[in-house]
Amino acid sequence: MERALSILYFVVLLNATLAGASDSSKPDGHGSDSSGGHNSHDSGHGEGHSPDGLQIVSFKWHHVEAPYIIAVWILVASLAKIVFHMSHKVTNVVPESALLIFLGLLLGGVVWGADHSASFTLTPTIFFFYLLPPIVLDAGYFMPNRLFFGNLGTILMYAVIGTVWNAALTGLSLYGVFLTGIMGPLQAGLLDFLLFGSLIAAVDPVAVLAVFEEVHVNDVLFIIVFGESLLNDAVTVVLYNVFDSFVAIGGENVTGVDCVKGIVSFFVVSIGGTLIGIIFALLLSFVTRFTKHVRIIEPGFVFIISYLSYLTSEMLSLSAILAITFAGVCCQKYVNANINEQSVTTVRYTMKMLASGSETIVFMFLGISAVDPNIWTWNTAFILLTLVFISVYRVIGVVIQTWLLNRYRMVQLEIIDQVVMSYGGLRGAVAFALVALLDPEKVKERNLFVSTTIIVVYFTVIFQGLTIKPLVSWLKVKRSEHRDPLLNEKLHGRAFDHILSAIEDISGQIGHNYMRDKWAKFERRFLSKLLMRRSAQKSRDQILNVFHELNIKDAISYVAEGERRGSLAFIRSASTDQLVNVDFSTQRPSIVDASVSALLRGNPSSVCLDMQAIEEKRKSVRDKEDTLSHHVLQQYLYKPRHQTRHKYSRHAITPNTEDNKQEKEIFRRTMKKRLESFKSTKLGVNYSKKSIKNYKKDCMPRKVNPEYSDIEEAHEHEVAHQDIGISFIASATRQALAETYNGIDNPTFISDENVMVRPAIPPWLSNEDTVVPSQRARVQIPWSPNNFRRLTPLRLSTRSVDSFQMADGPVPEHPRMTLPEGTHL
Amino acid sequence: MGATGSAVSRVPGADEIQKETGFSSAHIYRLYDRFQVLDKDDNGVLSRRDLQSIGELAVNPLGDRIIDAFFPNGVETIDFRSFVRILAHFRPTEENRQREPNASEPLNSRNSKLKFAFQLYDQDKDGKISRAELLQVLRMMVGVEVTDEQLESIADRTIQEADLDGDGTISFEEFKKSLEKVNIEQKMSIRFLR
Repeated sequence: MERALSILYFVVLLNATLAGASDSSKPDGHGSDSSGGHNSHDSGHGEGHSPDGLQIVSFKWHHVEAPYIIAVWILVASLAKIVFHMSHKVTNVVPESALLIFLGLLLGGVVWGADHSASFTLTPTIFFFYLLPPIVLDAGYFMPNRLFFGNLGTILMYAVIGTVWNAALTGLSLYGVFLTGIMGPLQAGLLDFLLFGSLIAAVDPVAVLAVFEEVHVNDVLFIIVFGESLLNDAVTVVLYNVFDSFVAIGGENVTGVDCVKGIVSFFVVSIGGTLIGIIFALLLSFVTRFTKHVRIIEPGFVFIISYLSYLTSEMLSLSAILAITFAGVCCQKYVNANINEQSVTTVRYTMKMLASGSETIVFMFLGISAVDPNIWTWNTAFILLTLVFISVYRVIGVVIQTWLLNRYRMVQLEIIDQVVMSYGGLRGAVAFALVALLDPEKVKERNLFVSTTIIVVYFTVIFQGLTIKPLVSWLKVKRSEHRDPLLNEKLHGRAFDHILSAIEDISGQIGHNYMRDKWAKFERRFLSKLLMRRSAQKSRDQILNVFHELNIKDAISYVAEGERRGSLAFIRSASTDQLVNVDFSTQRPSIVDASVSALLRGNPSSVCLDMQAIEEKRKSVRDKEDTLSHHVLQQYLYKPRHQTRHKYSRHAITPNTEDNKQEKEIFRRTMKKRLESFKSTKLGVNYSKKSIKNYKKDCMPRKVNPEYSDIEEAHEHEVAHQDIGISFIASATRQALAETYNGIDNPTFISDENVMVRPAIPPWLSNEDTVVPSQRARVQIPWSPNNFRRLTPLRLSTRSVDSFQMADGPVPEHPRMTLPEGTHL
Repeated sequence: MGATGSAVSRVPGADEIQKETGFSSAHIYRLYDRFQVLDKDDNGVLSRRDLQSIGELAVNPLGDRIIDAFFPNGVETIDFRSFVRILAHFRPTEENRQREPNASEPLNSRNSKLKFAFQLYDQDKDGKISRAELLQVLRMMVGVEVTDEQLESIADRTIQEADLDGDGTISFEEFKKSLEKVNIEQKMSIRFLR
């Protein structure tokens, strides 16, 4: 640790000396580093124009100065991060942001010592143009949308009303105290105080992210504080601009019209910024639809277009943070669906890297910037009172708003949550950059404001950041755990979603998901079609891939482990840490047989015995298997009606065509089962036994083990003979269904041409009535064009043709097609 | 619709229902209205068919399981009270409300919610989710694209994950344990019934 620090110190010294040697009036670079300044050296490479003739080596510091210094700073900040993380003891207690500020102070001291001028400060230009966008884009792009939109009302309330409340009360209170004279003489009026209040009121996204990411409070709490810090930008920008211009024109000249303008501009700025973000998100999604052939630069589009949204919005003086946030939020789904997997990974890592790097630099420069005696103006009363007011008003604001919100929220915000929310109101670099933007000509007490802001930022980031962890654990705030959900949780979780959805239907409530439902429909119908690549192809590929890999995996584990043990009971339990042995001995052979043959028959084109692939798979059978199961679940679990998006399913985008299919599939199943149960109760056959068998049947035929399904069929015939009267058709059809799966291993493979072969619809099918099902009608499987499609090919191809025709014969009347009332197909 | 008649007496046994389920009277009215809408033949009870005629349920993969849950122990019809009792499982849980120590467990407790979910799986009511039962539910919830082999491997792993005593089934305790990290109170609650 010490050694590392000393190395760092050396780097810093070197850097500082170099900087000192250079023209020190030059600010940190970016802002003014046009190439113009270095023209005399630009001829560079190769031929020099020096009078001494050709020099083999020449020292051209000025040629590289600006970018060099920037690069060194970034390196220093990154090295510092490495150092911090060498010792977990330190980082466990002290948040990284605080450490970086300390480092910045140290470095600032060094620079000051070497140079006696503050050459490097966090200038608003650099901050707003280069450092802030990556952080906010990262936040938006990885925003857990469901959580975010689920709590949007709450977030907006805190962001808008809370910020206005804080700004107004802080400004007014400070002004009130100023009038009593405690602060001594200041050249500031009410508007100056309000301006200060407005810039100091906003919770800062960078600071919140930095501190809360380490604290791991529960998701809801995090999203509320974090969402607030993102969305309050619009309010801050407007308040800041309004008061800034009021200060400029002078308090006495402010008219009512100006105030109205201010309010209007709030809506314009916030809604405008959001719209810009959405427009660019659409553009980005649309562009990524076509980047298939330029895979290498694919990830670049995400960054460039998002950044353009930020700049555009800045250009139109709208809320740039809102714009880039919403660009990220809106595009993530489509972009992830459109670009290929490597690009997704690239985007993710690049974004994280940029964001994390920017954050590091921001905090470091917050430290460095403070080392400049020229900006410091100390006013104890003002600084202390500011700290007191922002803390107190934050608490009061949170309590009042939470009290209001809790009347409408399902997830109540408890007292503990409120404490954390109040305490998590960290101020940061946005406030600092805004205060640095102030014009000393207009705002006479600029330096006091700057000093106070620095103190406030330090106080919140260092002191509150340091204490929030102990506070959270002391209060036993529900923590979030970052782990992959267990299979059980995923599975049952989806079941819960379905249950809720059903209960909402039964109780006839329009749940709080109503809007989301509407949106999802719209999204499915229009947006996805426009913005996603033709996903039908894609989904088919994925199905085949998973299918393929699972089969190969089965075969490999079968061979590899089977040779070793001579038994087949191990396959899944061997490598698990759980010591459960699941007995596969009876079924295993048939499964392997099934999968191999299915592979060969069902999917001739993708049969691939690529040895290398197999070799690779052998290495990580277990991992693969787990991933695949998760993947399969992710991909194919029926989506509950409302919740098309799940927090963790960034990759699983179900193509829109799935939805209709899903409904029809479920509908067909449901009807089949109802039919079964009706039949069995009618005939007094043991219900539960029967229904279980029925389920089995639903699954079994798809196993392409001829023997097994034959048995099943035989059994079926038996049953059919027992209750030959009513259920004759039913059993025949069911058999027919079974046959479908037998003949064709996977219904996905039924091509549409098959359907076209025989478009003729039996006469009784065309009679579509939606009456309450009569008893007779219930006996018949409800037909819809969709399941008819499924059935058609088998009638052409298999034995069941006979039985089907026979079944058709004895029906005296044409059973009517039944659909439950109000079914939307 | 809408609960225009504000007489409590309109709903049979409203007081006891309210006491038992914790619903407010406004909720009871609203649910009673819904009950009457569902009750096609106006005989004061719901039959399976009444529920089956809700269109959305037919496209809900667990729709029929849920309908079954409304008719426990093979009863043919349910009255309003039983209807509300089932729905009460989905009332959000008030965490801060003190409840008398000797009172029976409220219907909307975490445990009750889990029990409700558990019995959807446990069809033969032996207190365990067997492999076959899990497979059935899985098969209901996934599309036909997933092969049985895949499903079986998923089912096996799910059981392995939750099965603590190694009997190859998931008991209610194990079910509870496997979901202990999940916020059931939130996931199994409907805001509107609050």
